[in-house]
Amino acid sequence: MPINFQALHNKAYEIRQRNLIMIHEAGGGHTGGDLSSADILAALYLNGVLNVDPKNPRAPDRDRFFMSKGHGSGLLYTTLAFAGFFPEEELATFMKPLSRLNGHPNVHVPGVEANTGALGHGLPMAVGTAMAAKMDGAAWRTFVLTGDGELQEGSNWEAAMAAAQYQLDNLTLIIDRNRFQMVDRTERIIGLEPLADKWRAFGWSVQEINGHDYEEIMRTLTAVPFEVGKPNCVIAYTHKGEGVSFIKDRAGWHHRVPTEEELNTALEELRGAVQ
Amino acid sequence: MSELHDCRKAFANTLEDLARRDPRIVALSNDSISSASLSHFAEEFPGRLFNVGIAEQNMVGIASGMANGGKIPFVAAAACFLTGRALEQIKNDVAYTGTNVKLCGVSPGLAYGPLGGTHHSIEDIAWLRAIANMTIIVPADPLETEQAVRAATDFVGPVYLRISRMGVPVVHAADYRFEIGKAVCLREGTDVTLAACGTLVPRALEAAALLEAEGIQARVINMATVKPIDREAIVAAAVETGGIVTAEEHTIYGGFGSAVAEIVATTHPVPMRILGIPGVFAPTGSSEFLFEHFGLTPQGIHDAALELIKSRGL
Repeated sequence: MPINFQALHNKAYEIRQRNLIMIHEAGGGHTGGDLSSADILAALYLNGVLNVDPKNPRAPDRDRFFMSKGHGSGLLYTTLAFAGFFPEEELATFMKPLSRLNGHPNVHVPGVEANTGALGHGLPMAVGTAMAAKMDGAAWRTFVLTGDGELQEGSNWEAAMAAAQYQLDNLTLIIDRNRFQMVDRTERIIGLEPLADKWRAFGWSVQEINGHDYEEIMRTLTAVPFEVGKPNCVIAYTHKGEGVSFIKDRAGWHHRVPTEEELNTALEELRGAVQ
Repeated sequence: MSELHDCRKAFANTLEDLARRDPRIVALSNDSISSASLSHFAEEFPGRLFNVGIAEQNMVGIASGMANGGKIPFVAAAACFLTGRALEQIKNDVAYTGTNVKLCGVSPGLAYGPLGGTHHSIEDIAWLRAIANMTIIVPADPLETEQAVRAATDFVGPVYLRISRMGVPVVHAADYRFEIGKAVCLREGTDVTLAACGTLVPRALEAAALLEAEGIQARVINMATVKPIDREAIVAAAVETGGIVTAEEHTIYGGFGSAVAEIVATTHPVPMRILGIPGVFAPTGSSEFLFEHFGLTPQGIHDAALELIKSRGL
């Protein structure tokens, strides 16, 4: 079936709008990083990369997706709702008292695999699911999305070594390389470059893509494994705040909440991008 | 002195037996396969034991993922590194996410005596007891170890098993049946209660014998499940014996004694004495030396019980 990239683009921009409204209403969330990952999550959930069934979210043979950058819970919830895992109306409860839509993902929400939010946890767990699938000779695959600043956590590199050792070609790490962490650019804090070389040196098969180009995202994520016997690393170059010009690439928007005026301006720009 | 046993052997034998029947069981090690007595498991089930290297955070994360994928992972590692190094993984990936992972802290407490404070694991119970959705079992002898491993396997959810390497005598009769959350009374008595877990259980029994020679009838309860602790057994001990001495191979801050005290203080306050390691890093010395050093001996427990009884004015 030919992929309708325009439809995917439109969906990702509708997710961005709903996500920003949700953050504004909740008075909290992670605006910049949600917007940088939106195209990747839309491709994973709304265009058939992940083999998951919203009607049976715990099916044993489902693909696993770990949102290791758990502060992107707002985006994950919005995407899961758009994918039919739970009603969209529930997004209005985001971070409200007793809502299951906690400020970081938790397994009470259908489609969420693990309680992430402490950084550097997703990749080790993803190595574990990939190992379990290999043991069983099962076809289901594991995907994990990390931030880039998150890679400063050492546990990722323990997992990187293990994934190569166990030849987990059924594991795909996607790095949201938006080049910012909370306070500043990653390279001005603890630099990650040369990032692709690091992963290659750790024994992974690496592809570098534009994380906002649906054609590149789809072509890459549907081509795994890139090499038999090697875990897959996709470095997705993105912009923190992608889609809203006054948020894009501004460090101050890591977890800033848009005012009503800012929200309206942002929504106008995002609506304009839908065709 | 009766024959002494290394509980790691019972742990490993039981795990092998369970693994023969249940293909979901896997074992994870941080390059300490022989320290955890898993060499034979590795030979018999080469595809089901993963030595993930010296990387405890990753090991516990992997275990969580494997449980997500339908396995029952037993993570066996020196208690000091398993709990200290991977504490956040234990909290988030195992307890909070609610994955069916069995954490096996091997050679806990003062087992690594002369190796020093880095290798002593005297905080593990306190750390894990503070985490919701965590079951903590501290078996006292080989039979209880075997039954605890079986119970942990049948139980769906996170479990921490504290597996001693220090030689311990058999304290349970062959027909003993361990049940998670249930204390067992090893000796009846109404003058005072000696409550213990793990390596301190046989010492509490010996202390009771010393007390009996002085005309004091001490109740001895083995509280192998430190969490969820047997509330009824503690309240009954407080009401019926009027005083409780606890003994554990652990710091006195936040461990087994604290768990007992929380119940006693809020239900039926009676005098208590909490024996353990008194908030210091232990010096160098063999395990046996350190037990003596900290008074974790039959005589030490006896003395604490006697002092408690005297303070009560009986």
